[in-house]
Amino acid sequence: MATLHTVNKSPFETQALLSCLGHTKAGDTVLLIEDGVYGAVGNTALADAVAGLGGAVTLAVLAPDLKARGIDEGRLMDGVKTVDYAGFVELAAEHDRTQAWL
Amino acid sequence: MEDGVKKFLYVNRKAPYGTIYALEALEVVLIGAAFDQDVSLAFLDDGVFQLTKAQDTKEIGVKNFSPTFRALGDYEVTKLYVEKESLDERGLTADDLQEITYEDEDDDWAEKPSIIIVSRSEMADVMAGQDVILSF
Amino acid sequence: MKFGVVVSEGPYTHQASDTAYHFVTAALAAGHEVPRVFFYHDGVNVGTRLSIPPQDERNIQEQWSALAKEHGTDLVICIAAAQRRGLLDKNEADRQGKDADNIAEGFRISGLGQLIEMGIDADRLMTFGD
Repeated sequence: MATLHTVNKSPFETQALLSCLGHTKAGDTVLLIEDGVYGAVGNTALADAVAGLGGAVTLAVLAPDLKARGIDEGRLMDGVKTVDYAGFVELAAEHDRTQAWL
Repeated sequence: MEDGVKKFLYVNRKAPYGTIYALEALEVVLIGAAFDQDVSLAFLDDGVFQLTKAQDTKEIGVKNFSPTFRALGDYEVTKLYVEKESLDERGLTADDLQEITYEDEDDDWAEKPSIIIVSRSEMADVMAGQDVILSF
Repeated sequence: MKFGVVVSEGPYTHQASDTAYHFVTAALAAGHEVPRVFFYHDGVNVGTRLSIPPQDERNIQEQWSALAKEHGTDLVICIAAAQRRGLLDKNEADRQGKDADNIAEGFRISGLGQLIEMGIDADRLMTFGD
Protein backbone atom coordinates (compact mmCIF):
# COMPACT_ATOMS: atom_id res chain seq x y z
CA MET A 1 0.00 0.00 0.00
CA ALA A 2 2.54 2.53 -1.13
CA THR A 3 2.18 6.19 -2.01
CA LEU A 4 3.60 8.23 -4.87
CA HIS A 5 4.46 11.67 -3.50
CA THR A 6 5.10 14.56 -5.85
CA VAL A 7 7.09 17.67 -4.89
CA ASN A 8 7.24 20.60 -7.29
CA LYS A 9 9.25 23.19 -5.37
CA SER A 10 12.91 23.74 -4.78
CA PRO A 11 13.92 22.76 -1.24
CA PHE A 12 15.85 26.02 -1.12
CA GLU A 13 12.53 27.88 -1.40
CA THR A 14 10.08 25.88 0.72
CA GLN A 15 9.93 23.06 3.25
CA ALA A 16 7.74 20.90 0.98
CA LEU A 17 10.40 18.31 0.15
CA LEU A 18 11.68 17.94 3.71
CA SER A 19 8.12 17.79 5.06
CA CYS A 20 7.20 15.19 2.44
CA LEU A 21 10.23 13.06 3.29
CA GLY A 22 9.28 13.28 6.96
CA HIS A 23 5.92 11.68 6.16
CA THR A 24 6.91 8.86 3.84
CA LYS A 25 6.74 5.12 4.45
CA ALA A 26 9.11 2.38 3.32
CA GLY A 27 8.16 1.47 -0.25
CA ASP A 28 6.96 4.95 -1.17
CA THR A 29 8.34 6.92 -4.10
CA VAL A 30 9.00 10.66 -4.04
CA LEU A 31 8.94 12.13 -7.53
CA LEU A 32 10.50 15.57 -7.95
CA ILE A 33 8.91 17.62 -10.71
CA GLU A 34 9.11 21.22 -11.94
CA ASP A 35 11.32 23.27 -9.56
CA GLY A 36 11.34 20.24 -7.26
CA VAL A 37 14.12 18.71 -9.37
CA TYR A 38 16.72 20.95 -7.69
CA GLY A 39 16.19 18.78 -4.60
CA ALA A 40 17.72 15.75 -6.37
CA VAL A 41 21.07 17.39 -7.06
CA GLY A 42 24.01 16.04 -5.07
CA ASN A 43 26.70 18.20 -3.52
CA THR A 44 24.31 20.93 -2.33
CA ALA A 45 23.82 22.28 1.19
CA LEU A 46 20.60 20.25 1.44
CA ALA A 47 21.73 17.00 -0.20
CA ASP A 48 22.64 15.34 3.12
CA ALA A 49 19.28 16.25 4.67
CA VAL A 50 17.43 14.92 1.62
CA ALA A 51 19.48 11.71 1.49
CA GLY A 52 19.12 11.21 5.25
CA LEU A 53 15.34 11.56 5.33
CA GLY A 54 14.88 9.75 2.04
CA GLY A 55 16.63 6.55 3.11
CA ALA A 56 13.67 4.18 2.94
CA VAL A 57 12.04 5.61 -0.17
CA THR A 58 12.80 5.72 -3.86
CA LEU A 59 13.71 9.19 -5.07
CA ALA A 60 12.80 9.88 -8.66
CA VAL A 61 13.03 12.94 -10.84
CA LEU A 62 11.14 14.01 -13.95
CA ALA A 63 13.77 14.10 -16.72
CA PRO A 64 12.09 16.72 -18.94
CA ASP A 65 12.14 19.16 -16.00
CA LEU A 66 15.78 18.33 -15.34
CA LYS A 67 16.75 18.95 -18.96
CA ALA A 68 14.74 22.18 -19.11
CA ARG A 69 16.82 23.50 -16.22
CA GLY A 70 20.12 22.41 -17.69
CA ILE A 71 20.90 19.86 -15.00
CA ASP A 72 23.02 16.95 -16.16
CA GLU A 73 21.94 13.57 -14.78
CA GLY A 74 25.51 13.08 -13.58
CA ARG A 75 24.92 15.79 -10.97
CA LEU A 76 22.10 13.89 -9.24
CA MET A 77 22.51 12.21 -5.88
CA ASP A 78 23.29 8.50 -5.98
CA GLY A 79 20.31 6.23 -6.48
CA VAL A 80 17.96 8.82 -7.96
CA LYS A 81 15.80 7.38 -10.74
CA THR A 82 14.85 9.45 -13.78
CA VAL A 83 11.52 9.06 -15.54
CA ASP A 84 9.79 10.72 -18.47
CA TYR A 85 6.06 11.60 -18.49
CA ALA A 86 5.18 8.02 -19.44
CA GLY A 87 7.25 6.84 -16.47
CA PHE A 88 5.41 9.34 -14.24
CA VAL A 89 2.11 7.76 -15.34
CA GLU A 90 3.49 4.29 -14.62
CA LEU A 91 4.59 5.34 -11.13
CA ALA A 92 1.12 6.75 -10.42
CA ALA A 93 -0.49 3.52 -11.60
CA GLU A 94 1.89 1.27 -9.64
CA HIS A 95 1.35 3.04 -6.31
CA ASP A 96 -1.92 2.84 -4.41
CA ARG A 97 -2.42 6.57 -4.07
CA THR A 98 -0.74 9.85 -4.90
CA GLN A 99 -0.11 12.84 -2.71
CA ALA A 100 0.99 16.22 -4.01
CA TRP A 101 3.05 18.33 -1.62
CA LEU A 102 1.99 21.75 -2.86
CA MET B 1 -12.76 0.75 0.57
CA GLU B 2 -16.09 -0.59 1.95
CA ASP B 3 -19.52 -0.28 0.34
CA GLY B 4 -18.27 2.24 -2.18
CA VAL B 5 -17.21 4.60 0.59
CA LYS B 6 -13.75 6.03 0.07
CA LYS B 7 -11.45 7.52 2.65
CA PHE B 8 -10.86 11.16 1.67
CA LEU B 9 -8.13 13.23 3.28
CA TYR B 10 -7.92 16.99 2.81
CA VAL B 11 -4.35 18.09 3.47
CA ASN B 12 -3.87 21.67 4.66
CA ARG B 13 -0.28 22.92 4.70
CA LYS B 14 -0.78 26.64 4.11
CA ALA B 15 -1.57 29.55 6.40
CA PRO B 16 -4.86 31.43 5.95
CA TYR B 17 -5.38 34.89 4.31
CA GLY B 18 -1.99 35.30 2.57
CA THR B 19 -3.38 33.05 -0.14
CA ILE B 20 -6.88 31.71 -0.83
CA TYR B 21 -6.00 27.99 -0.60
CA ALA B 22 -7.25 27.52 2.98
CA LEU B 23 -10.63 29.11 2.29
CA GLU B 24 -11.18 27.27 -0.98
CA ALA B 25 -10.12 23.99 0.67
CA LEU B 26 -12.81 24.52 3.27
CA GLU B 27 -15.35 25.09 0.50
CA VAL B 28 -14.46 21.69 -0.96
CA VAL B 29 -14.82 20.06 2.47
CA LEU B 30 -18.30 21.55 2.94
CA ILE B 31 -19.52 20.41 -0.49
CA GLY B 32 -17.78 17.04 -0.13
CA ALA B 33 -19.62 16.38 3.14
CA ALA B 34 -22.81 15.76 1.16
CA PHE B 35 -21.27 12.73 -0.55
CA ASP B 36 -21.21 10.45 2.53
CA GLN B 37 -17.56 9.52 2.22
CA ASP B 38 -15.18 8.86 5.14
CA VAL B 39 -13.66 12.33 5.50
CA SER B 40 -10.64 13.49 7.51
CA LEU B 41 -8.70 16.75 7.51
CA ALA B 42 -4.97 17.01 8.12
CA PHE B 43 -3.28 20.20 9.36
CA LEU B 44 0.48 20.28 9.24
CA ASP B 45 3.29 22.74 8.51
CA ASP B 46 1.78 26.25 8.15
CA GLY B 47 -1.67 24.65 7.88
CA VAL B 48 -1.88 24.59 11.68
CA PHE B 49 -2.19 28.41 11.59
CA GLN B 50 -5.67 27.97 10.07
CA LEU B 51 -7.05 26.71 13.38
CA THR B 52 -5.75 29.36 15.78
CA LYS B 53 -8.05 31.34 18.07
CA ALA B 54 -8.75 35.06 17.94
CA GLN B 55 -8.44 35.60 14.20
CA ASP B 56 -9.83 39.05 13.40
CA THR B 57 -9.69 40.07 9.76
CA LYS B 58 -11.69 43.32 9.93
CA GLU B 59 -8.74 45.55 9.18
CA ILE B 60 -7.51 43.58 6.18
CA GLY B 61 -10.98 43.48 4.64
CA VAL B 62 -10.91 39.74 4.04
CA LYS B 63 -13.61 37.34 5.24
CA ASN B 64 -12.72 35.55 8.49
CA PHE B 65 -13.58 31.94 7.77
CA SER B 66 -12.11 30.46 10.94
CA PRO B 67 -15.54 30.15 12.68
CA THR B 68 -16.57 27.75 9.88
CA PHE B 69 -14.22 25.11 11.33
CA ARG B 70 -16.46 25.00 14.42
CA ALA B 71 -19.45 24.17 12.23
CA LEU B 72 -17.81 21.15 10.57
CA GLY B 73 -19.36 18.82 13.17
CA ASP B 74 -22.81 19.69 11.79
CA TYR B 75 -21.59 18.37 8.44
CA GLU B 76 -20.37 15.16 10.08
CA VAL B 77 -16.76 16.15 9.47
CA THR B 78 -15.35 15.15 12.83
CA LYS B 79 -11.72 14.12 12.33
CA LEU B 80 -9.27 17.03 12.24
CA TYR B 81 -5.74 15.67 12.62
CA VAL B 82 -3.24 18.30 13.76
CA GLU B 83 0.47 17.55 13.78
CA LYS B 84 2.22 18.15 17.10
CA GLU B 85 5.66 18.80 15.61
CA SER B 86 4.19 21.47 13.33
CA LEU B 87 2.64 23.18 16.38
CA ASP B 88 5.89 22.90 18.38
CA GLU B 89 8.00 24.31 15.56
CA ARG B 90 5.72 27.34 15.39
CA GLY B 91 5.64 27.99 19.12
CA LEU B 92 2.03 26.84 19.41
CA THR B 93 0.26 24.39 21.70
CA ALA B 94 -3.17 22.80 21.48
CA ASP B 95 -4.45 25.63 23.74
CA ASP B 96 -3.76 28.14 20.97
CA LEU B 97 -6.28 26.38 18.73
CA GLN B 98 -10.01 26.93 18.61
CA GLU B 99 -12.16 24.45 20.47
CA ILE B 100 -13.85 22.38 17.78
CA THR B 101 -16.36 19.71 18.80
CA TYR B 102 -19.05 17.46 17.39
CA GLU B 103 -22.02 15.62 18.87
CA ASP B 104 -21.55 11.87 18.64
CA GLU B 105 -24.83 10.33 17.50
CA ASP B 106 -23.59 6.86 18.45
CA ASP B 107 -22.96 7.98 22.03
CA ASP B 108 -26.17 9.76 23.03
CA TRP B 109 -25.01 12.95 21.27
CA ALA B 110 -22.16 13.45 23.69
CA GLU B 111 -20.01 16.45 22.77
CA LYS B 112 -16.53 15.33 21.76
CA PRO B 113 -13.42 17.09 20.45
CA SER B 114 -12.86 17.00 16.69
CA ILE B 115 -9.20 17.98 16.93
CA ILE B 116 -6.88 15.00 17.27
CA ILE B 117 -3.26 15.95 17.99
CA VAL B 118 -0.95 13.41 16.35
CA SER B 119 2.80 12.98 16.04
CA ARG B 120 4.52 13.28 12.66
CA SER B 121 4.75 9.50 12.36
CA GLU B 122 1.06 9.11 13.27
CA MET B 123 0.25 11.72 10.61
CA ALA B 124 2.19 9.60 8.12
CA ASP B 125 0.01 6.63 9.15
CA VAL B 126 -3.15 8.70 8.64
CA MET B 127 -1.97 9.69 5.15
CA ALA B 128 -0.99 6.14 4.23
CA GLY B 129 -4.45 4.88 5.18
CA GLN B 130 -6.36 7.00 2.63
CA ASP B 131 -7.93 6.27 -0.75
CA VAL B 132 -8.00 9.86 -2.00
CA ILE B 133 -5.75 12.72 -0.91
CA LEU B 134 -6.64 16.27 -1.90
CA SER B 135 -3.85 18.78 -1.23
CA PHE B 136 -4.25 22.50 -0.77
CA MET C 1 -6.78 2.59 -15.12
CA LYS C 2 -8.92 5.67 -14.57
CA PHE C 3 -7.13 8.91 -13.61
CA GLY C 4 -8.77 11.99 -12.15
CA VAL C 5 -6.75 15.20 -12.47
CA VAL C 6 -6.95 18.48 -10.54
CA VAL C 7 -5.27 21.62 -11.91
CA SER C 8 -5.07 24.28 -9.21
CA GLU C 9 -2.87 26.99 -10.69
CA GLY C 10 -3.40 29.34 -13.59
CA PRO C 11 -1.59 29.12 -16.91
CA TYR C 12 1.76 30.76 -17.70
CA THR C 13 2.58 31.93 -14.13
CA HIS C 14 2.91 28.36 -12.88
CA GLN C 15 4.07 25.23 -14.68
CA ALA C 16 1.27 23.17 -13.08
CA SER C 17 -1.15 23.22 -16.02
CA ASP C 18 1.67 22.27 -18.43
CA THR C 19 2.77 19.34 -16.27
CA ALA C 20 -0.86 18.24 -15.94
CA TYR C 21 -1.28 18.41 -19.72
CA HIS C 22 1.84 16.31 -20.35
CA PHE C 23 0.74 13.80 -17.70
CA VAL C 24 -2.74 13.45 -19.20
CA THR C 25 -1.35 13.11 -22.72
CA ALA C 26 1.06 10.38 -21.57
CA ALA C 27 -1.68 8.57 -19.63
CA LEU C 28 -3.98 8.53 -22.68
CA ALA C 29 -1.11 7.36 -24.90
CA ALA C 30 -0.52 4.46 -22.51
CA GLY C 31 -4.15 3.38 -22.86
CA HIS C 32 -5.40 4.77 -19.54
CA GLU C 33 -8.62 6.74 -19.20
CA VAL C 34 -8.82 10.37 -18.10
CA PRO C 35 -12.55 11.02 -18.00
CA ARG C 36 -12.31 14.39 -16.27
CA VAL C 37 -9.92 17.21 -15.41
CA PHE C 38 -11.09 19.61 -12.70
CA PHE C 39 -9.81 23.19 -12.65
CA TYR C 40 -9.77 24.87 -9.23
CA HIS C 41 -8.29 27.94 -7.52
CA ASP C 42 -6.50 30.04 -10.22
CA GLY C 43 -6.56 26.93 -12.41
CA VAL C 44 -9.94 28.13 -13.69
CA ASN C 45 -8.06 30.73 -15.75
CA VAL C 46 -6.83 27.99 -18.07
CA GLY C 47 -10.34 27.91 -19.55
CA THR C 48 -10.59 31.47 -20.89
CA ARG C 49 -10.78 31.69 -24.65
CA LEU C 50 -9.61 35.31 -24.58
CA SER C 51 -5.93 34.69 -23.88
CA ILE C 52 -3.51 35.58 -26.66
CA PRO C 53 -0.05 34.20 -25.89
CA PRO C 54 2.84 35.20 -28.20
CA GLN C 55 2.91 33.09 -31.37
CA ASP C 56 6.17 31.34 -30.49
CA GLU C 57 4.72 30.09 -27.18
CA ARG C 58 2.37 27.20 -26.52
CA ASN C 59 -1.30 28.10 -26.24
CA ILE C 60 -2.31 26.29 -23.08
CA GLN C 61 -6.06 26.77 -23.50
CA GLU C 62 -5.99 25.51 -27.10
CA GLN C 63 -3.96 22.45 -26.06
CA TRP C 64 -6.63 21.48 -23.54
CA SER C 65 -9.52 22.26 -25.90
CA ALA C 66 -7.94 20.05 -28.58
CA LEU C 67 -7.39 17.27 -26.06
CA ALA C 68 -11.03 17.41 -24.98
CA LYS C 69 -12.15 17.27 -28.59
CA GLU C 70 -9.95 14.29 -29.43
CA HIS C 71 -10.44 12.22 -26.28
CA GLY C 72 -13.76 13.43 -24.88
CA THR C 73 -12.15 14.46 -21.59
CA ASP C 74 -14.59 16.48 -19.49
CA LEU C 75 -12.88 19.78 -18.61
CA VAL C 76 -14.71 21.16 -15.59
CA ILE C 77 -14.14 24.64 -14.22
CA CYS C 78 -15.28 25.16 -10.64
CA ILE C 79 -18.13 27.66 -10.59
CA ALA C 80 -17.32 29.20 -7.19
CA ALA C 81 -13.66 29.71 -8.08
CA ALA C 82 -14.62 30.91 -11.59
CA GLN C 83 -17.08 33.54 -10.41
CA ARG C 84 -14.49 35.07 -8.07
CA ARG C 85 -12.04 35.33 -10.96
CA GLY C 86 -14.31 36.45 -13.79
CA LEU C 87 -14.74 33.23 -15.78
CA LEU C 88 -18.29 32.98 -17.15
CA ASP C 89 -20.17 30.84 -19.60
CA LYS C 90 -23.03 32.25 -21.65
CA ASN C 91 -25.76 31.13 -19.23
CA GLU C 92 -24.02 32.51 -16.20
CA ALA C 93 -23.22 35.82 -17.95
CA ASP C 94 -26.91 36.24 -18.82
CA ARG C 95 -28.04 35.23 -15.34
CA GLN C 96 -25.63 37.61 -13.62
CA GLY C 97 -26.27 40.47 -16.05
CA LYS C 98 -22.66 40.55 -17.31
CA ASP C 99 -21.83 41.82 -20.80
CA ALA C 100 -19.51 39.00 -21.87
CA ASP C 101 -18.66 35.37 -21.43
CA ASN C 102 -15.25 33.82 -21.96
CA ILE C 103 -15.30 30.02 -21.62
CA ALA C 104 -13.28 28.17 -24.23
CA GLU C 105 -14.48 25.23 -26.29
CA GLY C 106 -14.39 21.91 -24.46
CA PHE C 107 -14.60 23.49 -21.00
CA ARG C 108 -17.74 23.70 -18.90
CA ILE C 109 -18.56 25.36 -15.60
CA SER C 110 -19.95 23.24 -12.82
CA GLY C 111 -19.89 22.73 -9.07
CA LEU C 112 -17.36 21.33 -6.61
CA GLY C 113 -19.42 18.17 -6.43
CA GLN C 114 -17.79 17.23 -9.74
CA LEU C 115 -14.42 17.20 -7.99
CA ILE C 116 -15.64 14.88 -5.23
CA GLU C 117 -17.37 12.66 -7.78
CA MET C 118 -14.10 12.44 -9.72
CA GLY C 119 -12.29 11.41 -6.54
CA ILE C 120 -14.85 8.68 -5.95
CA ASP C 121 -14.84 7.38 -9.53
CA ALA C 122 -11.11 7.54 -10.33
CA ASP C 123 -8.57 4.86 -9.45
CA ARG C 124 -5.96 7.56 -8.88
CA LEU C 125 -6.32 11.27 -8.23
CA MET C 126 -3.51 13.55 -9.40
CA THR C 127 -3.13 17.14 -8.21
CA PHE C 128 -1.04 19.71 -10.06
CA GLY C 129 -0.68 23.05 -8.31
CA ASP C 130 1.85 25.15 -6.50
